[in-house]
Amino acid sequence: VTFRLEVREFLAAHAPHGLPSLDTPDGNLAHREWEQKLYDARLAAVSWPAAFGGRDASLLDWLTFEEEYWAADAPVRVGQNGLFLLAPTLFAHGTPSQLERHLPRMARADDVWAQAWSEPEAGSDLAAIRATATRVSDGWLLHGQKTWSSRASFADKAFGLFRSSGERHRGLTYVMFDLHQPGVTVRPIAQLNGETGFAEIFLDGAFVPDEEVIGEPGEGWKIAMGTASHERGLSLRSPGRFIATARRLIDLWRVHGSDPLLRDRVADCWIKARAYQEHTFQTVARLNAGGHLGAESSAGKVFWSELDIALHETALDILGPSAEIASRWTDGYLFSLAGPIYAGTNEVQRNVIAERLLGLPR
Amino acid sequence: MNPEQEQFRASLHSLLDASDIPAIARAWASGSYDSGLALWRKLSDLGVTALAIPAEFDGIGATATDLVVAFEELGHHAVPGPAIESVAVLPTLLSLTASSGTAFADATAAASAADGRDATELTAADTAPSPDASLRGTAADTAPNTGTALRGAAADGAPRLGGMALEWLPRLASGDTLATLAWPPHVPFAVDAGVAALPLGGRVVRESVASVDPARQLSSIDGGQFLRAIDTSDEADARVAAFDMGALACAAQLLGCGQALLEQSVQYVQQRVQFGQSIGRFQAVKHHLADVRIALDFARPLVYNAANSLLPQDISAAKVAASEAANLAARHGLQVHGAIGYTLECDLSLWLVKVRALIPAWGTPSWHRSRLMETL
Repeated sequence: VTFRLEVREFLAAHAPHGLPSLDTPDGNLAHREWEQKLYDARLAAVSWPAAFGGRDASLLDWLTFEEEYWAADAPVRVGQNGLFLLAPTLFAHGTPSQLERHLPRMARADDVWAQAWSEPEAGSDLAAIRATATRVSDGWLLHGQKTWSSRASFADKAFGLFRSSGERHRGLTYVMFDLHQPGVTVRPIAQLNGETGFAEIFLDGAFVPDEEVIGEPGEGWKIAMGTASHERGLSLRSPGRFIATARRLIDLWRVHGSDPLLRDRVADCWIKARAYQEHTFQTVARLNAGGHLGAESSAGKVFWSELDIALHETALDILGPSAEIASRWTDGYLFSLAGPIYAGTNEVQRNVIAERLLGLPR
Repeated sequence: MNPEQEQFRASLHSLLDASDIPAIARAWASGSYDSGLALWRKLSDLGVTALAIPAEFDGIGATATDLVVAFEELGHHAVPGPAIESVAVLPTLLSLTASSGTAFADATAAASAADGRDATELTAADTAPSPDASLRGTAADTAPNTGTALRGAAADGAPRLGGMALEWLPRLASGDTLATLAWPPHVPFAVDAGVAALPLGGRVVRESVASVDPARQLSSIDGGQFLRAIDTSDEADARVAAFDMGALACAAQLLGCGQALLEQSVQYVQQRVQFGQSIGRFQAVKHHLADVRIALDFARPLVYNAANSLLPQDISAAKVAASEAANLAARHGLQVHGAIGYTLECDLSLWLVKVRALIPAWGTPSWHRSRLMETL
């Protein structure tokens, strides 16, 4: 309770509102400054060890932080790729020096991280990637093209998979590399909402020192699947986010709602947001008991991505004719439309659920 | 679920798995209750019927979570009979009102005085088939035992409902009798009143309305003095709690039904070969069943959370989510079975219609959504 109050009071006193989008030059800077403040209050990554700027807090405390963060309507986390996806991977597979080198800078948003997975010919079929890592004396040279790289337009570093040999799954190596170096060209891509939330990365001999390989060369696929379950499941989309949106939806209904059919949809959105919250508590209990985030995270990914769209569609339907006016709800709606696509399309997730959870043949 | 609850679930599952419930359910549907009543005696040996009954009435006084565990298994195996009413609703109502004083008794007396009849007579006359008679499956005669006991209680000046609790709760706990009742916003029909007793002055006014689920026999009832009295008494809270326990049990039963439908469907699509391969290899089939798994996975935590909090809004959320998940399991389950699933000979049919029967029971999804929105 004291932790919840501390977070609530800090956010009430300090969280800025109305920052420009983090996918603009000014907005990116403003969001990084906010991350600095969070870091100084040791709130940037509460579940991390104190040595890296965290508080050694439990996953339940992290969920509390997230609930308060979203309830306070605080800025989108510019560092989320690093904080929520790369960091768990480093805790599981990184060397002590990788942790020391990257985590504090990540938590202060000194380094903002981009993802480098998809390629023009490797989307859902991620193991088909062609961009290569070629061995040189003290590291690797990267060649090829990555695309849909989230945050790459304004990021400093990137992490992802590269082909180091011909074997489909066992020929992949997981690397971290600097985006500000010769041999890297970043071309921002305007998304459906007009912002450059992702980019193409062209690589022509960019260098990766040996110490920036995660795990052993050739182990990348196995490690990346761990990252993917974080992206799908617990860490990227905390329930606090959907509870906060559902509360805004209920407020909207109170002011503008009249149609009983819409009332039922509002109720369903709230029920699903609560279901995601309770399911997450259950997942945390399982992890605390020594379990792992496995194929169950695929079910979570389908669930929250569809919930996010339902929340925003319902809000727009409540708004009636004025729903066309660009608003926070239309922004959120356009953002939500990406959910069933990124982090592994929902069709791929359904295959995973059917094959790994239900035991149907491949 | 704690280890004891896991063990309880496992015991229930192994009993029910070995009991050929589809045959029992089909017999029940055709009006042969013996095998079903024998099964209920075995369930009471495992403590199922005593779960919601306090120790002072020979019950177990278990938690609502224990109750949810039991109802998931009852749904999982399509056990016939007025489970929600006998195991969740009436035990909750009677044990809560037993300890809450005489308001119900006073109100009942006042209401019947207004009818120009003696409260004692009325209770005796309105009491439905006796528990003993009903256990034998003969629903014709009225209840000398119960009537006598109630007259005695009234003559002593003891609280009417307290007397009823003493009379009924130990019987319900022991599995000697099944009982049933219904009141708005639940349907005006009581399930299985032909084989179960109607306590609290309930009365069958028209027998045997067909249900979409042949294993549920519906009777139009007059809830009797119970409803008229309790509406105006402090015991309305007990009525709400009992109704909610029914909704929670119903949600758990729906979850269990959904789980059974999913399991049977997963098994079937691996056996059924078309186009030279098992149809479980086709993505169209996989995705249907994956969606069922997702719906059940996310409804279940709501049901267990509601059992823990017992807040009306949590119970409503659980009932809505479980109804939706079970409905999806029924729809997709039937679809992946194809025509064989649309036959009475296929056991799937037992669950398909039970889901449809339970969705509107103990508060329709719309009613629960509406109540939920009022609390938000």
